Amino acid sequence: LAHGGGGKAMRDLIEDVFTSVFAPPGMEDQARLMDASLLEPGAELAFTTDSFVVSPMEFPGGDIGTISVCGTVNDLAVGGARPLWLSAAFIIEEGVEITTLRQIAASMQKSALEAGVRIVTGDTKVVGKGSGDGVFVTTAGIGVIPPGRRMLAESVRPGDIALVSGVLGDHGAAILAARGDMDLTSDIRSDCQPLNHLIEAVLTAVPDIRAARDATRGGLASALNEVAYAAGVGIEITEADLPLRQEVRGICEILGLDPLYLANEGTLVLFVPPDQAVSALAAMKSVPAGRGARVIGKAVTAHPGTVIMKTVLGGARIVDMLVGEQLPRIC
Amino acid sequence: MNGARLTVRGQVQGVGFRPAVWRLAQDMQLQGDVRNTAEGVVIRIWGEGTQSFPTRLHKALPALARIEELTMEPLETAPPPGFSIVASDAGGAMRASITPDAATCPDCLAEIRNPFERRYRYPFTNCTHCGPRFSIIESAPYDRARTTMAPFDLCEPCEAEYRNPADRRFHAQPIACGRCGPRIWIEKLGRGAVHLEAFSMLDDVDATGGMILNGHIVAIRGLGGVHLTCDATNAAAIVELRRRKGRDGKALALMARDLDLVRHYCEVSNEEAAALSGPEAPIVLLKTKPNRLPDSIAPGLDRLGVMLPYTPFYHMILRRIGRPVIMTSGNPSGQPQCIGNEEVRDRLADIADFACLHDREIANRIDDSVVRIDLGRMRVIRRARGFAPQAITLPEGFSRDHQILAMGSELKNTFCLIKDGQAILSQHMGDLEDAETYLDSERNLSLYTAIYDHSPSLLAVDQHPDYLSTQRGYALADGRPVVEVQHHHAHIAACMAENGRALGAPPVLGIAMDGSGLGEDGTFWGGEFLIADYCGYQRAGCLKPVALPGGTAAIKAPWRNAYAHLMAEMGWSEFAMNFRELPLFEKFNRQFETVSRSTLDSMIRQGRNAPVSSSCGRLFDAAAAIAGLAWEAQAYEGEAAMRFEAAIDRDALSEPDELAYPFSIPLLKGNGLPYIEPLAVWRAMLGDLILKTPAGVMSARFHRGLANVIVAMAARITADTAIDTIALSGGCFQNATLFTLVHQGLERAGKIVLSHGKVPANDGGLSLGQGAIALAITQSANQRAEETSCA
Ligand SMILES: [Fe+3]
Ligand SMILES: [Mg+2]
Ligand SMILES: [Zn+2]
Ligand SMILES: [Zn+2]
Repeated sequence: LAHGGGGKAMRDLIEDVFTSVFAPPGMEDQARLMDASLLEPGAELAFTTDSFVVSPMEFPGGDIGTISVCGTVNDLAVGGARPLWLSAAFIIEEGVEITTLRQIAASMQKSALEAGVRIVTGDTKVVGKGSGDGVFVTTAGIGVIPPGRRMLAESVRPGDIALVSGVLGDHGAAILAARGDMDLTSDIRSDCQPLNHLIEAVLTAVPDIRAARDATRGGLASALNEVAYAAGVGIEITEADLPLRQEVRGICEILGLDPLYLANEGTLVLFVPPDQAVSALAAMKSVPAGRGARVIGKAVTAHPGTVIMKTVLGGARIVDMLVGEQLPRIC
Repeated sequence: MNGARLTVRGQVQGVGFRPAVWRLAQDMQLQGDVRNTAEGVVIRIWGEGTQSFPTRLHKALPALARIEELTMEPLETAPPPGFSIVASDAGGAMRASITPDAATCPDCLAEIRNPFERRYRYPFTNCTHCGPRFSIIESAPYDRARTTMAPFDLCEPCEAEYRNPADRRFHAQPIACGRCGPRIWIEKLGRGAVHLEAFSMLDDVDATGGMILNGHIVAIRGLGGVHLTCDATNAAAIVELRRRKGRDGKALALMARDLDLVRHYCEVSNEEAAALSGPEAPIVLLKTKPNRLPDSIAPGLDRLGVMLPYTPFYHMILRRIGRPVIMTSGNPSGQPQCIGNEEVRDRLADIADFACLHDREIANRIDDSVVRIDLGRMRVIRRARGFAPQAITLPEGFSRDHQILAMGSELKNTFCLIKDGQAILSQHMGDLEDAETYLDSERNLSLYTAIYDHSPSLLAVDQHPDYLSTQRGYALADGRPVVEVQHHHAHIAACMAENGRALGAPPVLGIAMDGSGLGEDGTFWGGEFLIADYCGYQRAGCLKPVALPGGTAAIKAPWRNAYAHLMAEMGWSEFAMNFRELPLFEKFNRQFETVSRSTLDSMIRQGRNAPVSSSCGRLFDAAAAIAGLAWEAQAYEGEAAMRFEAAIDRDALSEPDELAYPFSIPLLKGNGLPYIEPLAVWRAMLGDLILKTPAGVMSARFHRGLANVIVAMAARITADTAIDTIALSGGCFQNATLFTLVHQGLERAGKIVLSHGKVPANDGGLSLGQGAIALAITQSANQRAEETSCA
């Protein structure tokens, strides 16, 4: 690929690879957007953006296209919004294969269809070899929060029950294995998926979900710490209740990593009032994305801001937010 | 008549100091008075010989009193009649003088053994020379109403003793007797049948002893926490205790009724006997006499941790037990020990058969301290009961004006409050990752803050951003400045501060032989040579930086370090070609069935969760693994290194010097730093394995080689400099052999050596160093600001 100079070649590339895939013909720099839900009194707009860099670009269960759509859709969804429209901007390093780009575009469109959103605007830049690392994708998303919906981490109260939608760490482990440089053989696939339908399904059964989070970078540990901090509550989880694949455990043991900090791209953490935990769990399990749902713990009054895990050995340990990588702390 | 006013600071309140002054004044026929104030104890005297009063006072000090500072000024006013003890000013008791708990004194011991005394067999007997202090205090100043003795109203005889300046119990806040004080009882916990014959003994105290002798596991609520006990000669009981408590290989402490009994099981030097019998009554690590007690007490180690009874209650229980008993902290392994009755019933029901409880609450959880005697001096390894919270006076040059809070480390956490030029180092808290310990240390910090009326203007933390102590420091700072202190600089500063090295003294060479701590370059340090003063340091040398494949996993599993070290120079093919017959080769291959070799190699090559570390602890792990003394994940921190040292063949320590393993000192690529290279050591060890050299001989050669090269590195760094003083710190210097060899080698080379005594060389001392550094930096910044404004 060598389309850096702009001009016709560039327009052809965009038209050929992206526009024709994503949209009704004529995807423009500015999209004019209309949806009936915008007209509901009390509805609010939600707007978010995220950039995606992943190596390798393709991995079991998805590729950079899949996460760039799912990531932004999920960002909107955990805030209570119905995702509607996305933008997509690409920074492409010279030399990337057209087939790769087509693959990414196809994955994006597939995830967009799955989530029920449209990619309505975008941009493409090509940079010289060495100035990028394959393809960088930035997506922004707009959604509408229906009137009266209030899903905020700070709303979580002591006694609320924490649930997750499925197994933890699959995405992080799949990426580690897919890099191919660690000689790790595994069948683990990324959990990369849109979560908006799952959240809507739970909201139908439990309209007052207190808060939702997708446990992306920093894993479950970071998601829980954010909630504990924002809500000023303590959180207690039970190690034995955490859904983890044996294979993920194995990879973590070999590499010396803690699965609580492994990234997920389609795993939801929900907090619901205690009397609604059972219906929330049932609602989650009724949707494919939530089939592996489990109750993992609860919010408590004690130790505000701190997440504690009861271990299988009968102890309890502090699960904190890591500043950087998993650096050893033992003297 | 000419008088004098004396102000005395130090450990002088709540220890029978004023009565001692009163008695001395009576003796010398002086007039005047004595009172507690916020500045210390103030004594006013008039009469003949006032000038000799300070000297005589030093000689008449009660057992627990300690004078830090005494000032004397003339008084022109007229004397009062006679000599009196004046009631304390409101809030006048000095806050910085909270006394550690002290072991039962000989006088009290005689009383509980004398059937004609009213405190015969009373388990809470104490006086101003002994008994609980810190463990019962709830807020300051220290008087009965603010301790957990508050609910017990004094009976008439006790009240009279409390009021009588001539009595040993004058103002003894925890004073009590069988009529008015706390009591003890025994109850059955979740498991085991009740043995009626045990209950039919003299009383519940005796019954407790009976249970232990019958092979039961008994929880005993003691002074600073709850112990789990069983008969130390009963191997089955020990196995059962370990199983129920979930404690794998880590050594269990013992208590024996007297020194004679200790001597039957261990070698006891004079210094060790003194440490055992002192008011701190710590666990002393003693050389084990072979084959007298079950190996399961301290598997693979050559020392036992032994203490003597330190409360009347322990004395009474052990009196009829002519054997040592296990005394381990009452908790499921890894958690802080229980302190409350309900906690015992709740958390220990699955561990202990019976519980011996009492109704005096424990306000401050405090573990037993652990010490060892090396080179004739007491070295505190775990600083807790008996030592904490005794204040450490900061050396000359440190200001009295600043209040600083230092947060300490992640493991073996302590924190340190600096105020009035004193450092108050908390008792050992434990490993913060454990939630109970974490929350407990938070409570303790608030308690210390309240007791010492501490409001820091500055906080000091370790540079590791993920230490829970660092995070807590930032959370508490709330806008106040936070100083990040490099881990090993803090170790060295702790050693300097403990040894009274003045602020502004020329730099020392600090040698930190440690596990690991974050270095300023983002790699993990742990075997460091730092040219340091309190304000700063320069890294002058280190151990060879080697990958930790798997980060924390590598810290726990010695084989990972052995692999990383061997592969650092010698590839697998060379190793396989030359050492195929060794069991070591087989062991690696078995390991590779679960962790593929190429995964390990790529982790190391790409630095993926394989941070580079110059750790001394990991060097020991690698050596222990190669010598065949450790392999898989260890049961407790430092296990591999401890087993490796314990295995040393003492005779091999006097082999010819050429047999010591040959470390070398090349320069690091890049920064040109001299480093200690173990490559030739591994080749020598592998050669010794082929020759079937015993592990104990290899261990001796390794220790000597490492000590030699540390001394050589020190000589090299200090050559052509004026540095004449070396400070030794870091957890690896708790290895007595390494410490002794290095210390002696440096002294032979004409160096002045500073080493740890009452402050642990391990991370337990870190907060003291952090605090001293933060204060030094503050003072020098203020000084610079002043100079600028003057100019
Ligand atoms: Fe350390
Ligand atoms: Mg975002
Ligand atoms: Zn006494
Ligand atoms: Zn009484």
